[in-house]
Amino acid sequence: MTKFNAWNVIKNGLNGQSYWTRQWRDPEPKSSYDVVIIGGGLHGLATAYYLAKNHNIKNVAVLEKGWIGGGNAGRNTTIVRSNYMMPGNHEFYEHSLKLWENLSHELNYNVMFSQRAHVSLFHSPGAKDSVSRIYNIMRLHGTDAELWDLKTLKKKIPHLNYHNSRFPILGAAVQKRAGNARHDAVAWGYARAADTLGVDILQNCEVTGFTRKNGNIESIQTSRGIIKGKKIGFAVAGNTSVLWQMAELGNLPIESHKLQAFVSEAVKPLLDQVVVYGVGGAHFYISQSDKGSMVFGGDLDWYKSYAQRGNLPMVQDVAEAAMAIFPSLGRIRLLRHWAGVMDMTMDGSFFICKTPISNLYLNAGWNYGGFKASPASGWYFADLIANESPHNYVQNHNLERFEKGINIDERGAGPDPKLHG
Amino acid sequence: MIRINCPYCGERDHSEFSYGGDATINYPSLDASEKDWTEAIFFRKNIKGFQFETWHHSNGCRMWLVVERSTVTHEIKSVKPCHPDLQKVVENNK
Repeated sequence: MTKFNAWNVIKNGLNGQSYWTRQWRDPEPKSSYDVVIIGGGLHGLATAYYLAKNHNIKNVAVLEKGWIGGGNAGRNTTIVRSNYMMPGNHEFYEHSLKLWENLSHELNYNVMFSQRAHVSLFHSPGAKDSVSRIYNIMRLHGTDAELWDLKTLKKKIPHLNYHNSRFPILGAAVQKRAGNARHDAVAWGYARAADTLGVDILQNCEVTGFTRKNGNIESIQTSRGIIKGKKIGFAVAGNTSVLWQMAELGNLPIESHKLQAFVSEAVKPLLDQVVVYGVGGAHFYISQSDKGSMVFGGDLDWYKSYAQRGNLPMVQDVAEAAMAIFPSLGRIRLLRHWAGVMDMTMDGSFFICKTPISNLYLNAGWNYGGFKASPASGWYFADLIANESPHNYVQNHNLERFEKGINIDERGAGPDPKLHG
Repeated sequence: MIRINCPYCGERDHSEFSYGGDATINYPSLDASEKDWTEAIFFRKNIKGFQFETWHHSNGCRMWLVVERSTVTHEIKSVKPCHPDLQKVVENNK
């Protein structure tokens, strides 16, 4: 694998770009591995990378039923932030943000991480109090957070609709270190870096069953043959329940829901920040990609579904929210919209935990927030698999928290998965 | 758009309805163990395929319905009133 640096760019520039090697290998599956990660999305690839990098476990395979980055890795709005308040969550997401800040150097791959600020508008005095509390908790834990008054906000983003009488904009809660990144590059960067360390990335390799022995999973049946793994990790958010039941483990505190995202035609620079119309208003978030497209999304489709396609009432809903906050988008044309299947959990928080099977580990339940979490998710999942015990930050992110009554419910929405958006 | 054939109102767009959730949950008795209650409140089959689920005709007759729908294709096989006595009434009036 050729390293990306100035010297190689110049050398290949003079040689007709002929010395670049492929980004990652396409190996045949070996019969057994120390660790098999099921799911070649951002979380699975990051886990494999940190297993090799942090824990020196290099005999690792990542099984992906389609192609890497073809699931939710390619179906998000690429927002990265760490504005969480619950114990465990804020430390976890802050660590993730710190990993993002150095990710391009770490992976020798430009993930185009852009810390352009995440601006959450608030629309009522109650919403201001509520978001101030969250952002104060963030500050107490050393995360950057600030409030912008109306004057500052108007100066920074003059073209919002400041005359909305139903949801008047009163100001914004801002995290300046937050922003967005290029999702494909994150998948490819992790794949390339993991592959360089010896990880086998097995695409078109769908898991079809498990063989149990002495309570453990001994081997995995796949579309590319039987693969043994000493330890096995699930990182298949969206389809976790399907795999969980394939392993005969029963029910999970998860429902699969779909979330849509939208991309417009490319326009000249229009928006410098990630803007969220979300605190005490509707639910809408928007940013502009480096190509110029407006990338935005809204709520879930409101009913359980495994279909990776969205419904039209939600397209209308999101378009209405866009017009309410950003009237200048009125003439812009929608290029594409798609849906990803989310693991929506009963309290809106994720799982990085052990399971009833002693050599099986679970990474699931990412709700709306899987993209930003992926570096830390890989970091702590690898840590759990290597060290057999969860790090302090994720010690309560397990399946037992509901019975114990220690739900990690950021929104306080209760046990209804669709409400945790 | 999913079309739901409400037994009281006729076929309508799903945007008139609110999704409830799994219609097959059996809540345990009040003195059941914490484990049974945890299972009923928090744990779901999360079926990929046909499942029974509740919908509320919130912008219509405001009745709760049990819908058998595929979570993959969104095809609907049956729609019935939630309450068994109302199911009988609907059947008898056919």
